[in-house]
Amino acid sequence: MELFIQQVISGLASGAIYASLAVALVLIYRSTDIVNFAQGEMAMFSTYIVWQLLQNGAPYWLAVGVTLVASFIAGIAIERVIIRPVEGRPELIVVIVTIGLLILINALAGYIWSFQVRGVPSPWVARNVDLGGVRVGVSTLGILAVVALVVGLLFVLFARTRLGLVLRAAAENPESSRLVGIRVGWMLALGWGLAAAVGALSGILVAPILFLDPNMMLSVLIFAFAAATLGGFDSPGGAVLGGLIVGVTENLAATYVDVIGTDLKIIVPMLLIVAVLLLRPQGLFGHARVERA
Amino acid sequence: MTVRTPPMLAVRDLHAAYGPIEVLHGIDFEVAAGQVVTILGSNGAGKTTTLRALTGRVSTTGSMFFDGGELAGRSTEAIARRGVALVPQGRGTFVGFTVAENLRLGAYLHKDADGVRADIQRMYEYFPVLGERQHQRAGSLSGGEQQMLAIARALMLRPRMLLLDEPSLGLAPMVTRSLFGMVATINAEEDTTVVLVEQNARLALEMAHAAYVLEAGRIVMAGTPEDVHDDEAMASAYLGYGV
Repeated sequence: MELFIQQVISGLASGAIYASLAVALVLIYRSTDIVNFAQGEMAMFSTYIVWQLLQNGAPYWLAVGVTLVASFIAGIAIERVIIRPVEGRPELIVVIVTIGLLILINALAGYIWSFQVRGVPSPWVARNVDLGGVRVGVSTLGILAVVALVVGLLFVLFARTRLGLVLRAAAENPESSRLVGIRVGWMLALGWGLAAAVGALSGILVAPILFLDPNMMLSVLIFAFAAATLGGFDSPGGAVLGGLIVGVTENLAATYVDVIGTDLKIIVPMLLIVAVLLLRPQGLFGHARVERA
Repeated sequence: MTVRTPPMLAVRDLHAAYGPIEVLHGIDFEVAAGQVVTILGSNGAGKTTTLRALTGRVSTTGSMFFDGGELAGRSTEAIARRGVALVPQGRGTFVGFTVAENLRLGAYLHKDADGVRADIQRMYEYFPVLGERQHQRAGSLSGGEQQMLAIARALMLRPRMLLLDEPSLGLAPMVTRSLFGMVATINAEEDTTVVLVEQNARLALEMAHAAYVLEAGRIVMAGTPEDVHDDEAMASAYLGYGV
């Protein structure tokens, strides 16, 4: 039983990391109807910036703060320069552009920092704490706390502030938004900026576990896709829950199903994606698109 | 010759096209400040396109001089910032948002929180049903209520000129009549100039100060509502009734 609880908790921690990348995917999908295949690579690149700043002697949290701001700005720039020209074009074109972006960022990171695997220090002390008989790593709790904080901040932004209201309006009804004077283009770019920053967090949190190299986020992206699909691609709350479910399921399957083990873990999100698409394509909390005549 | 004050809106030789297909072939019309001007015409005459042109949503040539500035070539959001509000045909609301949120979004350009709150209260006085349903999603309102909300949302912009695109579409005659009554009241009380595009000619002519008839992208008649109403050819051909 103790093993089970431990596996659930460590599953929640990796789930929280998937959740933050999944939330980034959802933020972009909701505002621009684009599935951003480059989300993982954007996060990987951000993580390299953290690593570079640490190499240059910056304190950890300062490096993270600077990187999140830089990622936010870079996200806006990517939307304005690369995505804007293809927005509203057929999906295939947009998909190919984001895949192109994935390859571009991947190659760029390799060019700048090489494909050598780097260690990124963990900000958490390597200790366990006792939670009612179950030993839990400080890093696990730290990851959960950071993701909970960010999701909470996003919730406040979208549900309680004027800017959040306007961001949601620009995503739901760009035409009417323009008619009330909202600069919709900038709101969509802002969505990309937010997504880039939230996604960056997933890379930064996962780097001490997976080690940093330009391909680090490829598998994380697949888990995030599973999370977003499960939760519903247009539901940030669903993406968070989806991430946690994927993380826990993956961990339990690896522990208790012998054939899967650690090596075949990646099968779990694949199966989840297929199952969700077959049984409930809009996900747990997503909305099926219904047009009223 | 008497000196005239310049009109609030002067449209000159306006052409509008969707890609290669030209829909407006050079129309001219004027709207005097404080008036209700109606543009009538059958389906496909170019009424909606005229309003799209005025709100920067279709490519145009020609001039649309509004309140001392040119609208042609400006973006939709820039035109909204100049004080032109449009109630589009059909769904002009944010359906996933509550009535109150719709009104707050309508006031996006205004930063004075107290003034905006007062505006919202005034909208609830004009349209009491919106006050009753302020926490309900716009998408769950009836057609007439949605149209009221769309008009209220447009008024939250504090527009100098309000453009209405077939507000009667899909509404019961009773609802349409009371809605038009509200528009007349708002025109008088708020000093908002109104451009009303309609197929329901009879009602539109009752409240208008001036009328234009649009046919296949050209203005074929302009005059007082009485002129248009009494013109036999107009009546039978475009307005759907005999004199």
